This record gives sequence, C-alpha cells and structure tokens, in this order.
Amino acid sequence: MSTLTYAVHDSMTMLRRNLKHALRYPSVSLGAAMMPILMLLLFVYAFGDSIGAGMGGGRDAYLEYLTPGIIIMGVAAGAMSTSIAVCSDMTEGIINRFRTMNITRSSFMTGHVVGSVIQTMVSIVLVVGFALAVGFRSDASPLEWLAAAGLLTAIAFAVTWLSAALGLISKTVESASNKPLLVQFLPFLGSAFVPADSMSPGLRWFAENQPFTPMTETLRGLLSGSAIGDNGWISLAWCAGISLVGYVWSRSLFNSTTKR
Amino acid sequence: MPPAAVSTIGLRKSYGDKTVLDGIDLRIPAGSVFALLGPNGAGKTTTVQILSTLIAADGGQAQVAGHDVATSPDGVRAAIGVTGQFSALDDLLTAEENLLLMADLLRLGKREGRSRTEELLHRFDIADVADKRASTFSGGMRRRLDLAMTLVGDPQVIFLDEPTTGLDPRSRRTMWETVRSLVAGGTTVFLTTQYLDEADQLADRIAVLDGGRIVAEGTADELKAQIPGSHVRLRFTEPAEYESAADAFPGAARDDEDLALRVAGDGGLDALRALIDRLDAAGIRAADFSVHTPDLDDVFLALTGDGATRTGTSTPLHVKETLR
Repeated sequence: MSTLTYAVHDSMTMLRRNLKHALRYPSVSLGAAMMPILMLLLFVYAFGDSIGAGMGGGRDAYLEYLTPGIIIMGVAAGAMSTSIAVCSDMTEGIINRFRTMNITRSSFMTGHVVGSVIQTMVSIVLVVGFALAVGFRSDASPLEWLAAAGLLTAIAFAVTWLSAALGLISKTVESASNKPLLVQFLPFLGSAFVPADSMSPGLRWFAENQPFTPMTETLRGLLSGSAIGDNGWISLAWCAGISLVGYVWSRSLFNSTTKR
Repeated sequence: MPPAAVSTIGLRKSYGDKTVLDGIDLRIPAGSVFALLGPNGAGKTTTVQILSTLIAADGGQAQVAGHDVATSPDGVRAAIGVTGQFSALDDLLTAEENLLLMADLLRLGKREGRSRTEELLHRFDIADVADKRASTFSGGMRRRLDLAMTLVGDPQVIFLDEPTTGLDPRSRRTMWETVRSLVAGGTTVFLTTQYLDEADQLADRIAVLDGGRIVAEGTADELKAQIPGSHVRLRFTEPAEYESAADAFPGAARDDEDLALRVAGDGGLDALRALIDRLDAAGIRAADFSVHTPDLDDVFLALTGDGATRTGTSTPLHVKETLR
C-alpha cells in the first residue's frame, strides 16, 4: 500500500469510530438539530406575525425569509459537537495510544472533521425537513438544491476545522463546549433573522461584513430566488479562508501538544 | 550479548528550568524485562514518553528495536506497544470494538483482526463482557483491556508505565502473570514502577531513577545487596554481650546507645539460620530480634545523598558484609 492509501485507510477507520460514537450517543448530534428547530418554531409562531408584518408580508413570508437563516444556524450549531469530541479525545489517554502507533498522523483530525461534517449535514436534512413540514416552500431547481448542499458542505467544513482547533486549545471538555458559542451566536448578528439594513448603524456594519451574512444571503438566493450578486463568491472565499486557518491552526496545535 | 531492544545514551529533557532527565544511559537486551524504579517525579514517565515517540528529547540518543526515536519514529511505532499510566481506551466503544479498532489501525485485515480480537478477549478474561462498553469496566478490567489493546499488533517491545498503580492485590498479581507470559513469548518489556517488590518479581534488571539520573542499576539481588534496609536488628541488654556480638559480626553497623547491631541480610530463612548459628557458636543471646525488609525508602536512603539527612537516620548506610 502507498502512503496515500494508508492515509485513506486510517482516516476511514477514524471516521467509522467517530460515526459510531455519534450513532451511539445521538444526544449531541440531535441537540445540534434541536436548537435551530426550536428557533424556527419560536420565531415563526411567536414573532412571525409581527416581524413578517414589519417586513411587509405575513407569517408565511417570514418563514420563507427565516428558513435559510435557520439552516445556516444549524451548520454553526454543529461546531459544538466537533470541539467537544476533539477535546475529550485529547484529554483522555486514547490520543497517546494513537500517537504511539504507526498510523497516518492526519487521520485523527481528518476522521473528526469528516465525521462532524456528515453529522452536520444529517442535522441540516432534519432542519430542512422540519421547515418543509411547517409550510416552507422553495422554488429552487434540483441544480439550485445541489448548489445549496455544496455551499452548506463548504460552510460546515469551515466551521468544523475552526471548532476542531477550538477543541484542541481547550483544556477541559467544559471549555470546549463554551468556546464555539461565539460561532453559534454569530448568525444572529447577521441577516439570518432580520435584514441587516434594519439594524442600528454599528451592528449593521458588522452584520454586512461578517461571514454568515453573505452565506445566508447566498442560500436565500438559491432557495427563494432572491438576488445573490457577489455573495456567492464572497461566501466561498470566507469558507476557503476559515477552513485554511482552522486547518493550519489545528495541525500546528495537534503536532505540538501532548496532553494527558 | 543479545542485541539491545532499547538503548539510550545521555538522554536529556527539561521543561523550562526544571531538568527532568539529566543524562540517562540504558541498554536493555532483547527478550528481557527491565524495570525503571523511582518515586513520583523521578522522570519515569518522561523516559517512557521519549522512548515511545510521544515527546522529543532535548539531548542524547535513543534507539528502540533498532530505530532511532528522533529520525525514524514510525519505525519505532511499528515495533512497540505502550500502556500508559492512564487508561487509553475508547470509553464509548465496547471491549471488542476497542480491540477491533486497534486491528483496523494496524491494518490487520478483517479476518486476522477478528481472530486476534477473539484470542485476546479470552486471554485477558474479558470475553464475557466483550460487548459491554469500556466505561462500565472496573479498574482492573480497564487495565486488562488496555494491555490487550497494546498487544493486538504483537509488538516486539512493550512499555508499561506503572502498570499496577491503583490496582487491588489480585489484579496486580494477574498483571504480573501476564507480563511473565509476555516475556516467555520473547517480547521485551520496559516497565516503570514505584514498587520495589514489583521490580523484584518481574524484572531481569532494574535501574533506580532519582531526580533525572540513574543512581543504581543491576539485578534485584545486586540492588538489594546495596540496600541497608534489608537487615536484621539485634539488641542486647549487656554491654559485654553487645561487644562480643560486634566481634562476631565485624561488618555489622553499631548503635552503641541502644546496644543494637544491624546485620545486613535478606531476612530469608537460610540467612536467619546462619545468623542464629553464629550467635550460638559465639555463645551470645540477643534480647531482641527483628527483621527489616527493604522498601523504596531504603533504596533512596542508600542511593541518594540527601535521602539520609532527610529521614534523619543516623546509622552508617553501607554495610559491606552480607549473610548469604
């Protein structure tokens, strides 16, 4: 076997391990889907009428506006399970066993990241299914759905690599579960719930320049037919940038730390 | 001389200002059991971490199974198995899944992985809990599963870092038997321990590590001969008897205040019989008689300079004569 087939084989082994964990303890992965679903219910049924009215439509119009934002929130919510999983492996003895075995070094992180992305995508399917069940309708073509799936995967990769690094710098599982809160909260300060131009000037500037806003707008464009403009490219650039930073950061952390 | 499974020259490691290892030289022949004996903080775990490629040394050289730990870490990793001080299990997986995970990572192939797992589950007496999660296991079971995972790849050299710390006496005995059976199969075992009796039971050679230096090395018997703690204490009531006893045991350490003699020996029956015979032959009767078996404190009293002042023992430490 060549180095590459070893790397693939080892990463697959690690991935199977992580998916087994996720299946055995579904509470963390389901929790990642529950938060956006509850938010969807809260905002549509509690605030939907008034926010919808404020935006010049009704509850149904707001559901259409809100759903892409909720989906993006679902991707961000996956961050927590990644950093918890990485941190708990690092603080338990098993990581030292892996480190003393002749396995591809990168397979540990690759297994975690790919596993988390798959988990996130599963929870996104749940969220979308739920949104459809409460009345969300999209006029997206199959190609647009595919592009949406591609975009979400790219965002999930970016968020996951970043959270993997957050998991690596955390000394305890508790702090690993707190650090990604910032990432999870970020969609609120964007156009996920209300348009950015309805915000106060300072917040508006932030909302317009933070990564989740172009991502939300791109997804909204793909699912609801609103204008995407440059948001598509900006989103992909953010994804690539965040993934790269998360990856390089994780790699240097993983190679330099021995935790017990 | 058989080839060395582990050899180090001048191994050094420090964390900031604190020197943890201050020039460690070791040579461990293949197929033997080597024990690194020392108290907490002596540098035992650091030594294992360097030899098992977990951390890099600051200076010196180390070879394991013919591979240099610095330049060929993957070669070392392919040849070793490590059971650390803290269990390295996947708590969320069952015992069987933990072993199969190791088999997968060792790229054993499905059939071989299965049969190896099956064999180890039986050998370590965990077959009946094979489908229970590791998190539900007791300390002894965890240690057994941990060691079983280390053995999936049939490593040439096994590192056991304090394998019995925290175990109950029965689990400890089981662990000892396992180590013995490993050696019988030709594996080299490098173990660390704080227990002298454990090193005594298992190891062909023992090195005593203190403050980052090897302060003594040898077989268990060689080391014991250096330990003044292994002695018989004879106390007398009459100064005259005390003096004639001192003449009969010229190598014994004197305690003039208590009229007591400290005669080196291992406290075994033969040694005791020889001692009593000698007392009888000299026609002396001891008022009081007690056997002191060595423990780690004694080793350090004898082998480290500041140990003696620390514990306040005033008796001379090096006793030349042994009753054997």
